[in-house]
Amino acid sequence: MMLILFYIASAVAVFATLMMITRLNAVHGLLYLILSLLAVGVLFFLLGAHFAAVLEVIIYAGAIMVLFVFVIMMLNQGQKTVDQERSWLQPATWIGPSLLALILFAELLIVIVLGGSAETGQLVDSKHVAIALYGPYLLAVELASMLLLAGLVGAYHLGKPMIKKTWGKKS
Amino acid sequence: MNGIPMELGLLLSAVLFVLGLIGVMVRRNLIMILMSLEVMLNATGLAFIVAGSRWGQADGQIMFLLILTLAAAEVGVGLGLALQIFHRFHTLDADSVNEMHG
Repeated sequence: MMLILFYIASAVAVFATLMMITRLNAVHGLLYLILSLLAVGVLFFLLGAHFAAVLEVIIYAGAIMVLFVFVIMMLNQGQKTVDQERSWLQPATWIGPSLLALILFAELLIVIVLGGSAETGQLVDSKHVAIALYGPYLLAVELASMLLLAGLVGAYHLGKPMIKKTWGKKS
Repeated sequence: MNGIPMELGLLLSAVLFVLGLIGVMVRRNLIMILMSLEVMLNATGLAFIVAGSRWGQADGQIMFLLILTLAAAEVGVGLGLALQIFHRFHTLDADSVNEMHG
């Protein structure tokens, strides 16, 4: 039973990724990429890694994809956006991701209805993850924080001269 | 014991990784290249989670956390670079940026 759920979620992930790398429009590809990440999140849940599943949905499909949406929307030209929005709201663009999301939602409903017996794999709860994270992996956490700081400084530095340059062009 | 065979999980991870690699090599849009990189990092995280679930250890999820941090930092810097390239070259084509003279 759980193996069937695993197969379905894997098929959704592979199909969504395949559709993502073949879309011509970046926003259509982004929709399918979000579906691929959600499918992998369901796979994490089925594998017993609940904490990783939550982080996958919140950070990957939530925060990082919002960055992509911001940048794609920033790079639009402005006067063409109304036509683009109209063409993006055609059913052909969102019916595929919606169907895939419906499949994942049905899987989640099945898991919830079946209760705790639905977990396959060995359950590793967040308590063990937290104990290991702040015990033997403390140095790795510090290094990750420094990596995030470096990324923040790098993104700030890369974003700043662009604003100056556009101001200089306008004036 | 584990209900899902580890080989299937690792096979799925390899398939997703190869799909992301194909996306990086085939597509020339910078945004699409960054999205394919996300797919590759995600497939790596899936392999770690599968291995951690196989042996019931928390190390797999911790490695996934570190990969998540790496992906966040990489996306921030990469999208900043994409914005910079778009404002200097007015295109997102990766082939148009092959001049290295300042």
